[in-house]
Amino acid sequence: MLKEQLLMGNEAIGLGALHAGVGFVAGYPGTPSTEILETVAKHKGKGVYVEWSVNEKAALEAAAGAAYAGVRSMVTMKQVGLNVASDPLMSLTYVGIKSGMVVVVADDPGPISSQTEQDTRRFAEFAKLPVFDPSSPEEAYQMIGDAFALSEQLGTPVLLRPTTRICHGCVSLPIEECPVGPVAAGFVKDTSRWVIFPKLTYQNHQKIEARNEKLRETFSTYRLNRLEGSGKKGIAAGGVSYAYTKEALQLLEKEPRLLKISTPHPFPETLALSFLDGLEEVLVLEELDPVIERELTYLCGKHHLNVTIKGKLTGDVPNAGELSVEIVKERIERYLGLISSMPVSLPDLPSLPVRPPVLCAGCPHRASFYAVKQAMKGKKAVFSGDIGCYTLGNAAPLDMVDTCLCMGAGITIAQGLHRVEPDAVNFAFVGDSTFFASGLTGVVNAVYNDADIVLIVLDNSTTAMTGHQPHPGTGKTMMGEFTQKVSIPKMLEAAGVSFIRRVNPLDLVSAIQAVQEAASVRGVSAVIFESPCVALIKPETVHMVAPQACIGCSRCVRELGCPALTMENKKAKIEPDMCYGCTLCAQVCPVDAIRKEEKRA
Amino acid sequence: MMNILLAGVGGQGTVLASKLLAQAAMEQGWKARTAETIGMAQRGGCVVSHVRIGDDVYSPLIPHGTADVILGFEPAEAVRCLPYLKHGGTVVAAKKAMKPVTASLSGVDYESESMLDFLKRHTGRVIIVDTEEICAQCGSAKVLNVALLGAAIGSGALAFSLEQMQQTIRQRVPERYLVMNQKALSLGAQTAQQQMELE
Repeated sequence: MLKEQLLMGNEAIGLGALHAGVGFVAGYPGTPSTEILETVAKHKGKGVYVEWSVNEKAALEAAAGAAYAGVRSMVTMKQVGLNVASDPLMSLTYVGIKSGMVVVVADDPGPISSQTEQDTRRFAEFAKLPVFDPSSPEEAYQMIGDAFALSEQLGTPVLLRPTTRICHGCVSLPIEECPVGPVAAGFVKDTSRWVIFPKLTYQNHQKIEARNEKLRETFSTYRLNRLEGSGKKGIAAGGVSYAYTKEALQLLEKEPRLLKISTPHPFPETLALSFLDGLEEVLVLEELDPVIERELTYLCGKHHLNVTIKGKLTGDVPNAGELSVEIVKERIERYLGLISSMPVSLPDLPSLPVRPPVLCAGCPHRASFYAVKQAMKGKKAVFSGDIGCYTLGNAAPLDMVDTCLCMGAGITIAQGLHRVEPDAVNFAFVGDSTFFASGLTGVVNAVYNDADIVLIVLDNSTTAMTGHQPHPGTGKTMMGEFTQKVSIPKMLEAAGVSFIRRVNPLDLVSAIQAVQEAASVRGVSAVIFESPCVALIKPETVHMVAPQACIGCSRCVRELGCPALTMENKKAKIEPDMCYGCTLCAQVCPVDAIRKEEKRA
Repeated sequence: MMNILLAGVGGQGTVLASKLLAQAAMEQGWKARTAETIGMAQRGGCVVSHVRIGDDVYSPLIPHGTADVILGFEPAEAVRCLPYLKHGGTVVAAKKAMKPVTASLSGVDYESESMLDFLKRHTGRVIIVDTEEICAQCGSAKVLNVALLGAAIGSGALAFSLEQMQQTIRQRVPERYLVMNQKALSLGAQTAQQQMELE
């Protein structure tokens, strides 16, 4: 039965995977990919296993094992997660799988919530794997099924690469009910197939190249690759840029020859050649890397075609950031020599408040950063940060993140910094989920190489930034089961960290003292700040400012930067709807003007 | 085709409001597309939800100059998104400003009034909603989104009736929050109607 539902692209992918009979799903949370795995967990039927793995490498390897054993498997991650999972993926290319295996990697043009603007289509080319690139949530739903079928048919993992606007776009979509349950064939031992050796790699390399050459043909007739329109000036587009192009052409009332590419690798050569036939010029509209543009340029050279290919490489399309209907329309107007339609005339906007994201009111990270800042007052110290909500500790007034690179890097960067500048106290901040994902190797490296750093673990009992996923320290799994909690202090102890102190950061005096002690110890010392994310707790007692007691010094506002705190009529004011009663401002107030108030029901 | 832009600050409930709009559209038999801000910006940053209703829609994002309605959950955010509004479009804005931490720290402050004045001077139709008052009457700050939806419907700028939206709310909002949301919707609609009578 078909039922029309409003679905997010990520939900469509998750449901599409279930409907394709997926039996094993693993991933690591990361915007914009997170909701795919959550959808599978929510809607899975009998026989479907789903897990948040410790990181993307673990997820991909576990899913490969399941696919070896004859169950359709899926891995989900954001684009930088693929860097972590690239080791198993590159080898898996040569070994292959038995049942269909789809690796969903969400790219983030902009970037909106990421460190890089890397392009997974390029990664697919590098890994010699087929990749599907949806231009809408409804296509993502169709493609996940196609990707499983192709993967199983070829015995190779296949990539699906949605981008943020596809992942987080919702659309009304008819969805089939009654998902097919997974069927497991079981693992058949065969060392000549499952054990990678140089000889096997060499043999399979030849097969892979031949297969990919054939796929250039196969994909030329794939139903979501197509040619539209007519004329001497063509446009080629893929992903969400195709949607922008369609809308811009609709506004311009033009129908030039348009090539839509849904499988950027292997590139559908025959289809592209029939597109290029008789054209004078092509404008390529795509986000991130010039993948389609390079393929078309290559084809023109290979087939001696006198067609000019324009795009990012020629400066005709922006080479960084997202595209939009506005940008695409303007570039098409210029390309087709149309008179630019005047943009809506708008008065200059007044100066608007800058509104960067901030740590939530009551966030325990604010207290942790503040405690370290107070403990190090007047001392030379460097604060290496990491990936998570706590990256926001960089903002004024805390200003407590001096470096941030990638998951787990704070711990190791601090070691390098300290070797060069031993007179500074080097702090490394890491969240609980990041600690498990990739922090532990850095800690072992520090202990083994006798580094002198202070590790600050910000343990808020969840993976907060991506929407509160469980992790090894929470004692819960995505199957809804309770499991053994992996203890961070015990792991640090086992690694040989000599000084380990657990403290509630909301107890400011104890927190400062713990940091001071840790900083005075030579070698690797650790303070674990334990306090749950405010999204996990119910506020009980909010705080309020007693106006007669407040002297208007604004210390609470200036030092903490809590979004619930403002100055009004020269007195501090707490927004009651935002306050969680963390008490940090009350502890900072020099005249005890901030007091408890019962929260109204 | 109808384009509705929701502009606010992370945590104000734009996502639920855009879902309600899309759902209400689907119940009328129309196709709906939305796009959300999810990720880092949700932590108190600017958030924008795009709702697009109709068949010939490709882009998840509303092109500049084509929004029929802007729902401003915060006055400055409504102003920030004005380039999206089409000529003659409607702005429904909450009266209360959400001062960012940066404003408190730098002393570079802004007043809700100046933002609302700008909206009045530069757009055809502006409905200003005293959401603080409505939230107080409903007993929760969380009904801000539904109060704005009510005002937009009350202004006649959306293609839904109040009854249709009430029905969508009954389907999408959990039982225990139902009464307060229904009340917020009605109060929002009343505000808009009163303002239009004055004009």
